[in-house]
Amino acid sequence: MRYLPLTPADRAEMLGVIGVGSIDDLFADVPAAARKADLFDLPLHAGELEVERELSALAAMNRPAGAGPFFCGAGAYRHHVPATVDHVIQRSEFLTSYTPYQPEIAQGTLQVLFEFQTQVAALTGLEVANASMYDGSTACAEAVMMAQRVTRRKKAVVSGGLHPHYAATTQTIAHAEGMDITRLPAAIDAEAAVIEAIDAETACVVVQTPNVFGVVTDVTKIAEAAHAAGALLIVVTTETVSFGLLKSPGEMGADIAVAEGQSIGNGLNFGGPYVGLFACREKLVRQMPGRLCGETVDAEGRRGFVLTLSTREQHIRREKATSNICTNSGLCALAFTIHLSLLGERGLRELAELNHSKARELRDALAKVAGVEILTPRYFNEFAIRLKGDAAAVVEALLADGIVAGVPFSRLAPEAGMGDVLLVAATETTTTKDIAAFADALARRIGQ
Amino acid sequence: MTMLNVGRPTRPETVVETSHPSLTGGRGLLQDEALIFEMGGWDKTGVDLAPAEHDASDLGDLVRAAPIGLPGLSEPEAMRHYVRLSQKNHAIDLALYPLGSCTMKHNPRLNEKMARLAGFGDLHPLSPQSTVQGALALIDRLAHWLKTLTGMPAVAMSPKAGAHGELCGLLTIKAAHEANGQGHRRTVLVPTSAHGTNPATAAFVGYSVVEIAQTDDGRVDIADLAAKLSPDVAAIMVTNPNTCGLFERDVIEIGRLTHEAGAYFYCDGANFNAIVGRVRPGDLGVDAMHINLHKTFSTPHGGGGPGAGPVVLSAALAPFAPAPWVVSSHEGFMLVEEAEGEAAQAFGRMSAFHGQMGMFVRAYAYMLSHGSDGLRQVAEDAVLNANYIKAKLSAVMTPAFPDGPCMHEALFDDAWLEGTDVTTLDFAKAMIDEGFHPMTMYFPLVVHGAMLIEPTETESKQELDRFCHALVLLAQAAKAGDVDRFKGAPYLAPLRRLDETLAARKPRLTWKPELAGVSPAPIAAE
Amino acid sequence: MRFTKDHEWVVLEGDVATIGITAYAADQLGDVVFVETPEAGKTVKAGDGLAVVESVKAASDVYAPISGQVVEGNAALGDAPETVNDQPEKAGWFAKIKVADKAEYEALMDRAAYEDFLGTL
Repeated sequence: MRYLPLTPADRAEMLGVIGVGSIDDLFADVPAAARKADLFDLPLHAGELEVERELSALAAMNRPAGAGPFFCGAGAYRHHVPATVDHVIQRSEFLTSYTPYQPEIAQGTLQVLFEFQTQVAALTGLEVANASMYDGSTACAEAVMMAQRVTRRKKAVVSGGLHPHYAATTQTIAHAEGMDITRLPAAIDAEAAVIEAIDAETACVVVQTPNVFGVVTDVTKIAEAAHAAGALLIVVTTETVSFGLLKSPGEMGADIAVAEGQSIGNGLNFGGPYVGLFACREKLVRQMPGRLCGETVDAEGRRGFVLTLSTREQHIRREKATSNICTNSGLCALAFTIHLSLLGERGLRELAELNHSKARELRDALAKVAGVEILTPRYFNEFAIRLKGDAAAVVEALLADGIVAGVPFSRLAPEAGMGDVLLVAATETTTTKDIAAFADALARRIGQ
Repeated sequence: MTMLNVGRPTRPETVVETSHPSLTGGRGLLQDEALIFEMGGWDKTGVDLAPAEHDASDLGDLVRAAPIGLPGLSEPEAMRHYVRLSQKNHAIDLALYPLGSCTMKHNPRLNEKMARLAGFGDLHPLSPQSTVQGALALIDRLAHWLKTLTGMPAVAMSPKAGAHGELCGLLTIKAAHEANGQGHRRTVLVPTSAHGTNPATAAFVGYSVVEIAQTDDGRVDIADLAAKLSPDVAAIMVTNPNTCGLFERDVIEIGRLTHEAGAYFYCDGANFNAIVGRVRPGDLGVDAMHINLHKTFSTPHGGGGPGAGPVVLSAALAPFAPAPWVVSSHEGFMLVEEAEGEAAQAFGRMSAFHGQMGMFVRAYAYMLSHGSDGLRQVAEDAVLNANYIKAKLSAVMTPAFPDGPCMHEALFDDAWLEGTDVTTLDFAKAMIDEGFHPMTMYFPLVVHGAMLIEPTETESKQELDRFCHALVLLAQAAKAGDVDRFKGAPYLAPLRRLDETLAARKPRLTWKPELAGVSPAPIAAE
Repeated sequence: MRFTKDHEWVVLEGDVATIGITAYAADQLGDVVFVETPEAGKTVKAGDGLAVVESVKAASDVYAPISGQVVEGNAALGDAPETVNDQPEKAGWFAKIKVADKAEYEALMDRAAYEDFLGTL
């Protein structure tokens, strides 16, 4: 077996050194009834070629986003990732290292984390950021629980514009920790209803911008209302490229910003692994979940980086930890940081403008299709349209034309009664030809 | 003959005994590297994008006015920057990485190649289900392997790491208790040797944590467990093999007592690598167990993630598993995404999408490569390697539990360092100079100055011998009073020991322009 | 000055008790990097968590040795946690409490008894 270096002769010699007769002697502590003598009912080992054949066959049963016109967003976005990114993250020293618990021989990972934290803080307009969370949705749940620790209040007001899967994740996890989650009904302009729901018991308000319908909102007024009630404002962003063009959460008064970082450096991967971004005001840092990297010096006074403030974390604080998170998304954070370093301020701005431009092009094309109503007034690269009838059925019909038309809102929230709403996104990967094909096919299908 | 005597000397002409520090502070191939923020590329970019045809005027005052503060690098600069940084890391591809309880094994590159097939890597999680049948089939097949290997009837695939899996497991247990009118149970029992994530997770879910004592031979104290199993106990969380690297001999009795008390048996599967293919947790009375795919099934650790932590479940717990999950019918595979209908008892949702697909592909490629025969050999070789290290090092170091075999990791205490003025930390740092990553230190907490060595099955005998040789020499040096070798270590790493006190007292968590006298310029208008 | 087995010290002046951790405890913790002191007005019972002290490697609870109402937490420790190491039984105090029952104070160990107790550890 190609991954196992020991030879039968090695094994025999090693058993001799240990002083036992057989491998079975080393499993002597396992109760006899639980020792399996036979192989399990699974295939035997296979060579690279055979494995590649099986997995390639499975992959071929899928339709990749790049196979044709493709307009899905809703929390995961198809972007071009420069070749450099994937090359560097596959370097052995990054790919096959562990969490940097020995800083003297992990400065590569640690310096990247420090760069990552600084980039995330800058993007979100906040002072500090951690070294990543699993993804945007779990970061959102962690933010709500952090607000509980900061305010010692139990109620979270969750906007109806928050991605329904983020809301469900937050509800599941934060509720288990004793939070009372008030989920406002889904609506295109859901942010308008948020302020009224804030009261003196409110720990935090969670709003998303651009929201799940693509609506971009200036949340400054919501921040003011939350702060007046002694609550924190948590701003969620699922499309990180939007930070290149739009006002940052910090600029609008957010206390905590969380985001899905997949759009930068990371592929779609059918939903994971992704990378959660988490940033907050400096005064809240001790209540922050997750790992933090900080600057210090070594014994010779040279600058170096270490994991720090780890007394917040599970391996030290145990049942009093701020979170149980341990493994996070290190390699995805690395991909994020390399891509963002390549983009820089100029590149990110241009990329964001290009995304918005493509969305405008898509909007203009779809607006001309009879029977399509554009619902989102101000959008970044994604917006909602209303069709006459079931959006999921339209998506199925357009598949026959080779077009993946977007995400029916009913896929995310069947209970919302918005079966006629379709979420469509465009990015720099969308071509004019794609857009024309979509508009033509849609006109044909819903015109029938 | 023709005499050609020009050209360079081809051997060292004189041997210089002392080393000369370089003039610039450079150290040969080991390059010092600034932060990207200090490279001055505020207006630079390493990407060439097509121009936007429409402007953003329709967004009005939603457009940011202030600069973000992000430096950019050209492609060659970026490549060099990150390659230089990479060379400051230790990695499993360089040498043995014996971090106990972390299972740092070889990461096959076939798995990387497979995860990058467009049919997996470029697949949107919300693409219509008819367009993702291969992905759903893969999740289903991986689930089948996990269920077969553990002897459990169900698995929740969506948790994103071990701790996330623990959370999923405890939420499942909580939901089951509530459905059975047992929602009043408030306590979770956890052995003192447990991973920190266990009590952290239990507390997170709102349970109070009560510790179970450990016996002198490093296992759960059954009498103490029996005494603490009250009608208030919701679950026990036991790692098996445990964090001392030992199999819980009384595990079946632990399960029986737990069930008798109406509680569930959560097993922390971090150490599954020691028993995969030989022992099924389902035969041990386990009700729920997370499996770290990034440990046992070799998805790369990536400097701290991403991982994946699917949770296998007993029949009693299966109905409460979180959405989504994959079902198959004659029409193909389908995702159940909402907690309704047949999923009405699901406790909720763990994250936005369906789990760590990228890790699933890698783990499945690894399983297919090994097969049922190879996976069994994995456990055997992992256990053999650990016992070999234990045998070889017991001559100079003190094993925490000398009697009987260990499983996949060998645990030593610091008794053998007594009187040397060398601590476990010093010893570990000196290992760095010898070219090895230190073992897990000071964990488990129940062993004084613990050194937990997990070699894994992917080490050759030669590498194990090289490692043991280095540790024996170091142990002899420590006992011979060569204290400076340890106190000052590491000498040969990219950096010497770092000041963690300074980092924690005066946290500097981001680069700040005012600290460096550089300020980001606003983007030039074009 | 009186002491507890959890290594807190108490000095009583009038009905206000000043509370800190002992030099022994500060030494055992190692470099203190963060201290969370209570806010004025908080009522505590003897044995309740009063403050949190963190070194790089550990976070420890400091218990109220005596019941009463917090008059003041030592805000200076926020910027200078090292004071706990440098002057544990003086400037490194954690909180001042208005004492409810002076008998609780009397029941604590004196220095000789505390030092005897340390000898048993």
